[in-house]
Amino acid sequence: MSALRESLGFLTSRLRQVGIFVALILIVILFQVLTNGILLEPQNVSNLVVQNSYILILAIGMVMVIIAGHIDLSVGSIAGFIGAVAGVMIVHWGWAWWLAIPACLLVGALVGAWQGYWIAYVGIPAFIVTLAGMLIFRGLTLITLKNQQITPFPNELRALGGGFLPDISGGTSVLEWLTVILGVGGTAAILFQAIKERRVRRKFNLENEPMAWFAVKNGFIAVLMLIITFLLASYRGTPIVLIVLAALVILYSALMNNSIFGRHTYAIGGNLHAAELSGIKTKKVTFRLFVNMGVLAALAGLVFTARLNSAQPAGGTGFELDSIAAAFIGGAAVQGGIGTVAGAMIGGLIMGVLNNGMSILGLGTDYQQLIKGLVLLLAVGFDIFNKNRTGAGGGSSLSRRFKWKTTPPATEATKPAKTEPVRVDAK
Amino acid sequence: MNVPILQMRGITKTFPGVKALQDVTLDVNRGEVHAICGENGAGKSTLMKVLSGVYPHNSFDGDILFENEPCEFNSISDSEKRGIVIIHQELALSPYLSIAENIYLGNELANNGWVDWRKTNLEAAKLLARVGLSENPVTPIQHISVGKQQLVEIAKALSKEVKLLILDEPTAALNDEDSDHLLDLILHLKGQGVTSIIISHKLNEIRKVADAVTIIRDGKSIETLRLDQGQITQERIIRGMVGRDLESLYPDRTPNIGEEVLRIEDWTVQHPQDHSRIVVHNANLNVRKGEVVGLAGLMGAGRTELAMSVFGRTYGRAVSGRVYKYGEEIDTSTVSDAIDHGIAYATEDRKHYGLNLIEDIKRNISMAALNKLAKRGWVDGNKETTIANHYRKSMNIKAPSVAAITGKLSGGNQQKVVLSKWMFSDPDVLILDEPTRGIDVGAKFEIYTIINELAAAGKAVIVISSELPELLGICDRIYTLSAGHITGEVPIAEATQETLMHFMTQEKE
Repeated sequence: MSALRESLGFLTSRLRQVGIFVALILIVILFQVLTNGILLEPQNVSNLVVQNSYILILAIGMVMVIIAGHIDLSVGSIAGFIGAVAGVMIVHWGWAWWLAIPACLLVGALVGAWQGYWIAYVGIPAFIVTLAGMLIFRGLTLITLKNQQITPFPNELRALGGGFLPDISGGTSVLEWLTVILGVGGTAAILFQAIKERRVRRKFNLENEPMAWFAVKNGFIAVLMLIITFLLASYRGTPIVLIVLAALVILYSALMNNSIFGRHTYAIGGNLHAAELSGIKTKKVTFRLFVNMGVLAALAGLVFTARLNSAQPAGGTGFELDSIAAAFIGGAAVQGGIGTVAGAMIGGLIMGVLNNGMSILGLGTDYQQLIKGLVLLLAVGFDIFNKNRTGAGGGSSLSRRFKWKTTPPATEATKPAKTEPVRVDAK
Repeated sequence: MNVPILQMRGITKTFPGVKALQDVTLDVNRGEVHAICGENGAGKSTLMKVLSGVYPHNSFDGDILFENEPCEFNSISDSEKRGIVIIHQELALSPYLSIAENIYLGNELANNGWVDWRKTNLEAAKLLARVGLSENPVTPIQHISVGKQQLVEIAKALSKEVKLLILDEPTAALNDEDSDHLLDLILHLKGQGVTSIIISHKLNEIRKVADAVTIIRDGKSIETLRLDQGQITQERIIRGMVGRDLESLYPDRTPNIGEEVLRIEDWTVQHPQDHSRIVVHNANLNVRKGEVVGLAGLMGAGRTELAMSVFGRTYGRAVSGRVYKYGEEIDTSTVSDAIDHGIAYATEDRKHYGLNLIEDIKRNISMAALNKLAKRGWVDGNKETTIANHYRKSMNIKAPSVAAITGKLSGGNQQKVVLSKWMFSDPDVLILDEPTRGIDVGAKFEIYTIINELAAAGKAVIVISSELPELLGICDRIYTLSAGHITGEVPIAEATQETLMHFMTQEKE
């Protein structure tokens, strides 16, 4: 009995984390029923992964930027711009894909460096710099494309958007065995990692989540992974972009948790002044975050262009909103300092399933936007309600955030009282 | 004469997992100044939030009688209607609005929704006269000092026809002169029939103004001491607060002083905005191995500014002068340079400048020296936890584990986390700015002990403090600052509060 009570207490203390999980399951079940089972058909699951991959790639960089207390409104335009650059390089200039891809990522890094310079070193709020960037890079996209789409792209590049890993059975089996191996192996690795982490926490006397919750959570993750594996394996196998995405998630999760760079990012978002006074080079970290965002936006642009097999003037429009929404639905805090890559991925999946499910149902973009907007509002509203309930503050986080950006909180230096010499004889 | 104005009976307030208040009783008589004393986390502020309606009446158990009528407040505005006004520790003034606008904020003098500015400014001027503040009511709040802002808060309370004024640590951010003025004002208002409740750590203040003291410990009301029964003494209050007698406020100290570690020469700092103002003038000072050196000065004397300008130029502009370590000149122009040269600065404002409050203890401790835990940019999390556990034990940080969020710790424990962070960076020189501000008596003793141990381990320690007895209790040598000048250097054997105050108020031509 006490174990049950302990678990319940834990669940309420982590209502947000549990809630997002439950929300994803409910949404999947809802659309599975509404679409008469089309949602989880192998082909649709495969589509869902590929369709959402570029938003998920953007959400990785976005959640990092948000953790540091910034925002990036320009990623959609950057993705579009890189698509255009790829079109010019590959189709017009005839560059090979293996040369064009690194070149495009480099252009993305330069774009990120441009924005990072204004934000980190000049000190203009990211909201303004990236709003300007949204216009600038959309303009450059149109200029580069001369307002016309560029097509077609060679197969090697298109594989990035729509390709699958080869079938090792040579087409003799119903299931793609390579996918099964990767899926089962990946699931085992995740479980192994979770158990190892729990042991380490116990060893160092840190609180662990209750056993029941640990088992349910990881059991659920494992079952989910295996189901997806099975569905992918019974269609055309593992999309190449899923491998890219998985590698990025593993790399960036580790980076945010275990690298000095990641720790400094959390420190800056949690308390900028304490970070500065701890010797953290806050400007350098901020600059690098935007360079990183630029590279990921470039990659998203390449995947998107590859998938459409064309570079389009309006390519990437609205991506910034979907990726920001993914980060916030996934639990990132509006005022910075809190958020995870994994959370942003779940947030992105919720948006993705909503998009996909509503499209299958034939709902127009009008209703799709309405519903997505409400979901974002509810998710963050729930977050703030939850914080207020537990007395952790956060109700005024938005106003705090914008105040923070425009006027740095009064330092000892700017407080008038501290610098006004006190004259005792003034009585 | 003893007519009760406020009676709180059996107040019990629980937060998830914590009993913040347990069967608390508080009796306040009309026209008295009633102090509430207790260690940090004892439940003083919670009690006042219960009283003022921040926690609605059905979120706690117990009864509140105000002027013999039961109260069921659902918000602060409910309690303000009855004449109960609370002034919080962090002032709730809007920096860009004028004094008059702030006084009538939320309570505007208006006709049909249009503000009557003439009346607003006239009435504000009258209120300012009542609190003894000679400022133009149209002056923006940010242009007056914190001491004066505190008076504006009181004027604001008076505008609401206050009967019971609650002040939460009103003098925490004030210098001695402003504190005296504020305490005089409280006594003056008492003469006009305003009852006050004052929460304070400063026992000498309590002795000066309080007619009664209620002591709260661990969420329970321990006792109420009354002046007319001769019960208000420092010993009695301390014993009530910590539940035992403190033989001494300061640990014994046997200094073992070695060679000079840090020397600052001709240090001059300009104000960051107002370039005509020199905040620190040609300061010269040094600190030796194993020595605890105090920096005394009134507020605005330039102590924090001196320390922060040395620590990575985090204050001021056009900083000039030289810093020597072991006789060699070093460059401390960025924080990471300063840290690399073995200098640490623990800020006076740990919530805003010292800690990442939404992060856990271990990540706060490792924040200033992550590179010591990392190989090629990757942090060893196990090592980090081991180190954090070590400090939790050696510094006696009271928390369920090192994964506890620092924002939920008490002030004393937060300060221990800040000190752990800097100890882990393994500095040779520690500059501690107001290391015991806002923390309770028991934890202060622990902090003093830590400072002693640091010095004994061969560190050079500089302590900045506004409390002279504290400097006299823990330092080996004390520098005094006045208006940016170092006006005195006093060995501890010759130092008394009077000599220090003499130097601290000395004007240099």
